[in-house]
Amino acid sequence: MITMLLSLYWSFLKVGLFTIGGGYAMIPLMEAEVITVHGWLTASEFLDIIAVAEMTPGPISINAATFIGYTMAGVAGSLIATLGVISPSLVLLLLLSRILVKVIQNPKAANFLNGLRSALVALILLASFTLGQTAIIDLPTAIIFGLLLIASLLKQVSPLYFIAAGALLGLLLFPY
Amino acid sequence: MSRQEIKTDKTESLWHILLTFLKVGAFTFGGGYAILPVIQQEVVNNKKWVSPEEFSDILIITQGMPGQLALNSAIQIGIRLRGIPGGLMGALGVTAPSVIILLAIAAYFYPLLRDNDYVQAIFYGLRPAVVALIAAAAVKMGRGILQGLNGVILCAVLLLIAIITQIHPIIILLVGGLAGMIVCKRGV
Repeated sequence: MITMLLSLYWSFLKVGLFTIGGGYAMIPLMEAEVITVHGWLTASEFLDIIAVAEMTPGPISINAATFIGYTMAGVAGSLIATLGVISPSLVLLLLLSRILVKVIQNPKAANFLNGLRSALVALILLASFTLGQTAIIDLPTAIIFGLLLIASLLKQVSPLYFIAAGALLGLLLFPY
Repeated sequence: MSRQEIKTDKTESLWHILLTFLKVGAFTFGGGYAILPVIQQEVVNNKKWVSPEEFSDILIITQGMPGQLALNSAIQIGIRLRGIPGGLMGALGVTAPSVIILLAIAAYFYPLLRDNDYVQAIFYGLRPAVVALIAAAAVKMGRGILQGLNGVILCAVLLLIAIITQIHPIIILLVGGLAGMIVCKRGV
Protein backbone atom coordinates (compact mmCIF):
# COMPACT_ATOMS: atom_id res chain seq x y z
CA MET A 1 0.00 0.00 0.00
CA ILE A 2 2.74 2.43 1.00
CA THR A 3 4.71 1.47 -2.11
CA MET A 4 1.64 2.10 -4.27
CA LEU A 5 1.05 5.51 -2.65
CA LEU A 6 4.69 6.48 -3.13
CA SER A 7 4.71 5.49 -6.78
CA LEU A 8 1.38 7.29 -7.34
CA TYR A 9 2.86 10.43 -5.79
CA TRP A 10 6.08 10.20 -7.81
CA SER A 11 4.27 9.51 -11.10
CA PHE A 12 1.82 12.38 -10.72
CA LEU A 13 4.58 14.69 -9.51
CA LYS A 14 6.35 14.07 -12.82
CA VAL A 15 3.11 14.72 -14.69
CA GLY A 16 2.65 18.04 -12.83
CA LEU A 17 6.25 19.08 -13.27
CA PHE A 18 6.28 18.60 -17.04
CA THR A 19 2.78 19.87 -17.80
CA ILE A 20 3.80 23.24 -19.16
CA GLY A 21 1.12 25.41 -20.69
CA GLY A 22 -1.72 23.40 -19.18
CA GLY A 23 -4.56 21.76 -21.08
CA TYR A 24 -3.68 18.63 -23.02
CA ALA A 25 0.05 18.89 -22.28
CA MET A 26 -0.51 16.37 -19.50
CA ILE A 27 -2.03 13.67 -21.74
CA PRO A 28 1.23 12.15 -23.12
CA LEU A 29 2.87 12.23 -19.67
CA MET A 30 -0.09 10.66 -17.86
CA GLU A 31 -0.46 8.09 -20.64
CA ALA A 32 3.23 7.14 -20.33
CA GLU A 33 3.16 6.86 -16.52
CA VAL A 34 -0.23 5.21 -16.07
CA ILE A 35 -0.30 2.87 -19.09
CA THR A 36 3.24 2.30 -20.36
CA VAL A 37 5.44 2.51 -17.26
CA HIS A 38 3.17 1.09 -14.54
CA GLY A 39 0.38 -0.69 -16.43
CA TRP A 40 -2.16 0.64 -13.92
CA LEU A 41 -4.87 1.11 -16.55
CA THR A 42 -5.63 -0.05 -20.08
CA ALA A 43 -5.77 2.60 -22.81
CA SER A 44 -9.54 2.25 -22.90
CA GLU A 45 -9.93 2.76 -19.12
CA PHE A 46 -7.60 5.76 -19.37
CA LEU A 47 -9.75 7.33 -22.11
CA ASP A 48 -12.92 6.74 -20.06
CA ILE A 49 -11.35 8.57 -17.12
CA ILE A 50 -10.22 11.48 -19.32
CA ALA A 51 -13.79 11.68 -20.67
CA VAL A 52 -15.19 11.85 -17.11
CA ALA A 53 -12.52 14.43 -16.20
CA GLU A 54 -13.65 16.54 -19.19
CA MET A 55 -17.32 16.51 -18.28
CA THR A 56 -16.85 17.41 -14.62
CA PRO A 57 -15.96 20.92 -13.40
CA GLY A 58 -12.37 21.85 -12.55
CA PRO A 59 -8.91 21.34 -14.12
CA ILE A 60 -8.82 18.12 -16.21
CA SER A 61 -5.51 16.83 -14.88
CA ILE A 62 -6.59 17.28 -11.24
CA ASN A 63 -9.86 15.49 -12.00
CA ALA A 64 -8.01 12.66 -13.74
CA ALA A 65 -5.43 12.37 -10.94
CA THR A 66 -8.20 12.04 -8.33
CA PHE A 67 -10.01 9.35 -10.33
CA ILE A 68 -6.88 7.34 -11.21
CA GLY A 69 -5.58 7.62 -7.63
CA TYR A 70 -8.89 6.31 -6.27
CA THR A 71 -8.90 3.42 -8.75
CA MET A 72 -5.42 2.33 -7.65
CA ALA A 73 -5.48 2.94 -3.88
CA GLY A 74 -8.83 4.27 -2.66
CA VAL A 75 -9.34 7.63 -0.97
CA ALA A 76 -5.70 7.85 0.17
CA GLY A 77 -4.60 7.16 -3.41
CA SER A 78 -6.82 9.90 -4.80
CA LEU A 79 -5.49 12.47 -2.33
CA ILE A 80 -1.86 11.46 -2.88
CA ALA A 81 -2.15 11.50 -6.69
CA THR A 82 -3.81 14.93 -6.59
CA LEU A 83 -1.18 16.24 -4.20
CA GLY A 84 1.48 14.91 -6.58
CA VAL A 85 0.06 16.69 -9.61
CA ILE A 86 -0.29 20.05 -7.76
CA SER A 87 3.00 19.87 -5.80
CA PRO A 88 5.19 21.46 -8.49
CA SER A 89 2.87 24.48 -8.80
CA LEU A 90 2.64 24.87 -5.04
CA VAL A 91 6.37 24.66 -4.40
CA LEU A 92 7.49 26.71 -7.39
CA LEU A 93 4.92 29.49 -7.07
CA LEU A 94 4.70 29.76 -3.29
CA LEU A 95 8.41 29.63 -2.57
CA LEU A 96 10.25 30.59 -5.72
CA SER A 97 7.96 32.99 -7.57
CA ARG A 98 10.38 35.94 -7.35
CA ILE A 99 13.21 33.96 -8.93
CA LEU A 100 10.93 32.33 -11.51
CA VAL A 101 9.68 35.64 -12.84
CA LYS A 102 13.28 36.51 -13.70
CA VAL A 103 14.02 33.06 -15.13
CA ILE A 104 10.97 33.11 -17.42
CA GLN A 105 11.96 36.50 -18.79
CA ASN A 106 15.44 35.29 -19.67
CA PRO A 107 15.71 34.79 -23.49
CA LYS A 108 17.44 31.42 -23.02
CA ALA A 109 14.49 30.20 -20.98
CA ALA A 110 12.13 31.50 -23.67
CA ASN A 111 14.01 29.46 -26.29
CA PHE A 112 13.95 26.40 -24.02
CA LEU A 113 10.18 26.79 -23.66
CA ASN A 114 9.77 27.20 -27.43
CA GLY A 115 11.68 24.00 -28.08
CA LEU A 116 9.75 22.22 -25.35
CA ARG A 117 6.46 23.31 -26.91
CA SER A 118 7.54 21.90 -30.29
CA ALA A 119 8.22 18.61 -28.50
CA LEU A 120 4.82 18.85 -26.83
CA VAL A 121 3.04 19.15 -30.18
CA ALA A 122 4.83 15.97 -31.34
CA LEU A 123 3.94 14.12 -28.13
CA ILE A 124 0.26 15.12 -28.11
CA LEU A 125 -0.03 14.13 -31.77
CA LEU A 126 1.55 10.77 -30.97
CA ALA A 127 -0.76 10.29 -27.96
CA SER A 128 -3.80 10.85 -30.18
CA PHE A 129 -2.52 8.07 -32.50
CA THR A 130 -1.82 5.53 -29.77
CA LEU A 131 -5.05 6.26 -27.86
CA GLY A 132 -6.93 6.35 -31.15
CA GLN A 133 -6.14 2.70 -31.75
CA THR A 134 -8.32 1.69 -28.79
CA ALA A 135 -11.03 4.29 -29.37
CA ILE A 136 -11.51 4.10 -33.12
CA ILE A 137 -12.44 0.45 -33.60
CA ASP A 138 -15.20 0.42 -36.22
CA LEU A 139 -17.03 2.62 -38.72
CA PRO A 140 -19.27 4.48 -36.20
CA THR A 141 -16.32 5.41 -33.95
CA ALA A 142 -14.33 6.52 -37.01
CA ILE A 143 -17.26 8.73 -38.04
CA ILE A 144 -17.54 10.24 -34.55
CA PHE A 145 -13.79 10.94 -34.51
CA GLY A 146 -13.76 12.43 -38.02
CA LEU A 147 -16.81 14.62 -37.54
CA LEU A 148 -15.63 16.04 -34.23
CA LEU A 149 -12.05 16.59 -35.39
CA ILE A 150 -13.21 18.53 -38.45
CA ALA A 151 -15.71 20.52 -36.36
CA SER A 152 -13.12 21.44 -33.76
CA LEU A 153 -10.63 22.56 -36.40
CA LEU A 154 -13.22 24.74 -38.13
CA LYS A 155 -14.73 26.37 -35.06
CA GLN A 156 -13.69 27.32 -31.57
CA VAL A 157 -16.16 25.31 -29.52
CA SER A 158 -16.13 24.40 -25.84
CA PRO A 159 -14.92 20.83 -25.19
CA LEU A 160 -18.23 20.26 -23.40
CA TYR A 161 -20.13 20.28 -26.70
CA PHE A 162 -17.81 17.60 -28.02
CA ILE A 163 -18.36 15.49 -24.96
CA ALA A 164 -22.13 15.93 -25.34
CA ALA A 165 -21.96 15.13 -29.07
CA GLY A 166 -19.76 12.07 -28.45
CA ALA A 167 -22.16 10.76 -25.79
CA LEU A 168 -25.21 11.31 -28.00
CA LEU A 169 -23.61 9.74 -31.10
CA GLY A 170 -22.45 6.84 -28.94
CA LEU A 171 -26.02 6.21 -27.78
CA LEU A 172 -27.26 6.33 -31.36
CA LEU A 173 -24.55 4.29 -33.09
CA PHE A 174 -23.54 1.71 -30.42
CA PRO A 175 -23.93 -1.88 -31.71
CA TYR A 176 -26.19 -2.95 -28.80
CA MET B 1 6.31 43.96 -17.40
CA SER B 2 8.62 42.95 -14.59
CA ARG B 3 6.93 43.41 -11.29
CA GLN B 4 9.11 41.46 -8.93
CA GLU B 5 7.61 42.93 -5.78
CA ILE B 6 4.70 40.84 -4.66
CA LYS B 7 2.02 43.13 -3.39
CA THR B 8 0.49 42.01 -0.13
CA ASP B 9 -2.16 44.32 1.19
CA LYS B 10 -3.77 42.60 4.11
CA THR B 11 -7.33 43.63 3.38
CA GLU B 12 -8.86 40.57 1.75
CA SER B 13 -9.86 37.79 4.12
CA LEU B 14 -8.42 34.32 3.47
CA TRP B 15 -11.97 32.96 3.70
CA HIS B 16 -13.07 35.26 0.89
CA ILE B 17 -10.15 34.12 -1.32
CA LEU B 18 -11.03 30.48 -0.62
CA LEU B 19 -14.74 30.98 -1.39
CA THR B 20 -14.02 32.81 -4.65
CA PHE B 21 -11.82 30.03 -5.99
CA LEU B 22 -14.11 27.29 -4.66
CA LYS B 23 -16.85 28.81 -6.78
CA VAL B 24 -14.57 28.88 -9.84
CA GLY B 25 -13.46 25.27 -9.25
CA ALA B 26 -16.96 23.93 -8.66
CA PHE B 27 -18.84 25.58 -11.51
CA THR B 28 -16.40 25.91 -14.43
CA PHE B 29 -16.46 23.09 -16.97
CA GLY B 30 -14.02 22.43 -19.78
CA GLY B 31 -10.55 22.56 -18.24
CA GLY B 32 -7.88 25.27 -17.98
CA TYR B 33 -8.60 27.32 -21.07
CA ALA B 34 -12.26 27.55 -20.09
CA ILE B 35 -11.44 28.39 -16.46
CA LEU B 36 -9.00 31.26 -17.10
CA PRO B 37 -11.63 33.65 -18.57
CA VAL B 38 -13.90 32.93 -15.58
CA ILE B 39 -11.06 33.71 -13.14
CA GLN B 40 -10.32 36.90 -15.08
CA GLN B 41 -13.97 38.00 -14.92
CA GLU B 42 -14.07 37.27 -11.19
CA VAL B 43 -10.78 38.82 -10.00
CA VAL B 44 -10.34 41.66 -12.51
CA ASN B 45 -13.88 42.83 -13.27
CA ASN B 46 -15.98 41.77 -10.28
CA LYS B 47 -13.65 41.86 -7.28
CA LYS B 48 -11.02 44.25 -8.70
CA TRP B 49 -8.31 42.29 -6.89
CA VAL B 50 -5.81 42.72 -9.74
CA SER B 51 -5.60 45.17 -12.65
CA PRO B 52 -5.90 43.90 -16.27
CA GLU B 53 -2.12 44.51 -16.66
CA GLU B 54 -1.33 42.49 -13.56
CA PHE B 55 -3.57 39.73 -14.83
CA SER B 56 -1.69 39.52 -18.12
CA ASP B 57 1.59 39.32 -16.16
CA ILE B 58 0.05 36.49 -14.17
CA LEU B 59 -0.93 34.74 -17.41
CA ILE B 60 2.62 34.91 -18.75
CA ILE B 61 3.95 33.17 -15.64
CA THR B 62 1.00 30.75 -15.62
CA GLN B 63 1.76 29.57 -19.14
CA GLY B 64 5.53 29.40 -18.79
CA MET B 65 5.39 27.42 -15.56
CA PRO B 66 4.81 23.77 -14.79
CA GLY B 67 1.32 22.95 -13.58
CA GLN B 68 -2.34 23.50 -14.35
CA LEU B 69 -3.39 26.89 -15.73
CA ALA B 70 -6.26 27.47 -13.30
CA LEU B 71 -4.18 26.36 -10.33
CA ASN B 72 -1.17 28.49 -11.27
CA SER B 73 -3.22 31.64 -11.69
CA ALA B 74 -5.23 31.03 -8.49
CA ILE B 75 -2.01 30.63 -6.47
CA GLN B 76 -0.51 33.82 -7.91
CA ILE B 77 -3.64 35.87 -7.26
CA GLY B 78 -3.82 34.50 -3.71
CA ILE B 79 -0.15 35.46 -3.14
CA ARG B 80 -0.76 39.00 -4.38
CA LEU B 81 -3.65 39.40 -1.94
CA ARG B 82 -2.37 37.71 1.21
CA GLY B 83 1.09 36.24 0.64
CA ILE B 84 1.71 32.50 1.05
CA PRO B 85 -1.49 31.76 3.07
CA GLY B 86 -3.48 33.49 0.32
CA GLY B 87 -1.73 31.36 -2.33
CA LEU B 88 -2.61 28.21 -0.40
CA MET B 89 -6.27 29.28 -0.21
CA GLY B 90 -6.31 29.85 -3.98
CA ALA B 91 -4.85 26.36 -4.54
CA LEU B 92 -7.28 24.73 -2.12
CA GLY B 93 -10.24 26.52 -3.68
CA VAL B 94 -9.45 25.38 -7.23
CA THR B 95 -8.57 21.82 -6.21
CA ALA B 96 -11.11 20.84 -3.52
CA PRO B 97 -14.26 20.74 -5.71
CA SER B 98 -12.47 18.51 -8.25
CA VAL B 99 -11.38 16.09 -5.55
CA ILE B 100 -14.82 15.90 -3.92
CA ILE B 101 -16.77 15.52 -7.18
CA LEU B 102 -14.38 13.00 -8.75
CA LEU B 103 -14.19 10.96 -5.55
CA ALA B 104 -17.98 10.71 -5.52
CA ILE B 105 -17.98 9.57 -9.14
CA ALA B 106 -15.05 7.16 -8.84
CA ALA B 107 -16.26 5.60 -5.56
CA TYR B 108 -20.00 5.55 -6.08
CA PHE B 109 -21.48 6.46 -9.47
CA TYR B 110 -18.94 4.90 -11.84
CA PRO B 111 -19.00 1.38 -10.33
CA LEU B 112 -22.81 1.57 -10.17
CA LEU B 113 -23.27 2.62 -13.79
CA ARG B 114 -20.26 1.07 -15.53
CA ASP B 115 -21.98 -2.13 -16.68
CA ASN B 116 -25.18 -0.48 -17.86
CA ASP B 117 -25.71 -0.86 -21.64
CA TYR B 118 -26.48 2.81 -22.19
CA VAL B 119 -23.44 3.91 -20.20
CA GLN B 120 -21.35 1.52 -22.31
CA ALA B 121 -22.80 3.14 -25.42
CA ILE B 122 -22.01 6.62 -24.10
CA PHE B 123 -18.37 5.71 -23.44
CA TYR B 124 -18.16 4.01 -26.86
CA GLY B 125 -18.93 7.45 -28.34
CA LEU B 126 -16.93 9.44 -25.78
CA ARG B 127 -13.62 7.66 -26.48
CA PRO B 128 -13.31 8.79 -30.13
CA ALA B 129 -14.62 12.23 -29.07
CA VAL B 130 -11.80 12.56 -26.52
CA VAL B 131 -9.23 11.39 -29.09
CA ALA B 132 -10.61 14.02 -31.51
CA LEU B 133 -10.16 16.68 -28.82
CA ILE B 134 -6.57 15.57 -28.20
CA ALA B 135 -5.74 15.50 -31.93
CA ALA B 136 -7.34 18.93 -32.40
CA ALA B 137 -5.32 20.27 -29.46
CA ALA B 138 -2.10 19.10 -31.15
CA VAL B 139 -3.06 20.74 -34.45
CA LYS B 140 -4.12 24.02 -32.79
CA MET B 141 -0.98 24.15 -30.64
CA GLY B 142 1.08 23.38 -33.72
CA ARG B 143 -0.51 26.25 -35.67
CA GLY B 144 0.33 28.68 -32.88
CA ILE B 145 3.82 27.43 -32.07
CA LEU B 146 5.40 25.98 -35.19
CA GLN B 147 5.72 29.16 -37.20
CA GLY B 148 9.35 29.05 -38.23
CA LEU B 149 10.86 26.20 -40.27
CA ASN B 150 13.13 25.29 -37.33
CA GLY B 151 10.16 24.59 -35.11
CA VAL B 152 8.50 22.35 -37.71
CA ILE B 153 11.70 20.36 -38.32
CA LEU B 154 12.33 20.01 -34.58
CA CYS B 155 8.77 18.78 -34.05
CA ALA B 156 9.02 16.26 -36.91
CA VAL B 157 12.40 14.94 -35.73
CA LEU B 158 11.17 14.56 -32.14
CA LEU B 159 8.00 12.81 -33.34
CA LEU B 160 10.17 10.34 -35.27
CA ILE B 161 12.45 9.77 -32.25
CA ALA B 162 9.41 9.25 -30.00
CA ILE B 163 7.86 6.71 -32.38
CA ILE B 164 11.07 4.75 -32.98
CA THR B 165 12.55 4.70 -29.49
CA GLN B 166 9.34 4.64 -27.37
CA ILE B 167 11.35 6.71 -24.92
CA HIS B 168 9.65 8.44 -21.94
CA PRO B 169 8.01 11.75 -22.97
CA ILE B 170 9.97 13.67 -20.31
CA ILE B 171 13.18 12.90 -22.22
CA ILE B 172 11.59 14.10 -25.47
CA LEU B 173 10.49 17.34 -23.76
CA LEU B 174 13.97 17.97 -22.35
CA VAL B 175 15.65 17.22 -25.68
CA GLY B 176 13.15 19.58 -27.35
CA GLY B 177 13.92 22.34 -24.84
CA LEU B 178 17.69 21.98 -25.22
CA ALA B 179 17.38 21.87 -29.01
CA GLY B 180 15.27 25.03 -28.78
CA MET B 181 18.12 26.79 -26.98
CA ILE B 182 20.53 25.81 -29.76
CA VAL B 183 18.25 26.24 -32.79
CA CYS B 184 16.55 29.53 -31.95
CA LYS B 185 19.36 31.87 -31.02
CA ARG B 186 16.85 34.63 -30.43
CA GLY B 187 13.42 34.51 -28.87
CA VAL B 188 10.99 33.40 -31.56
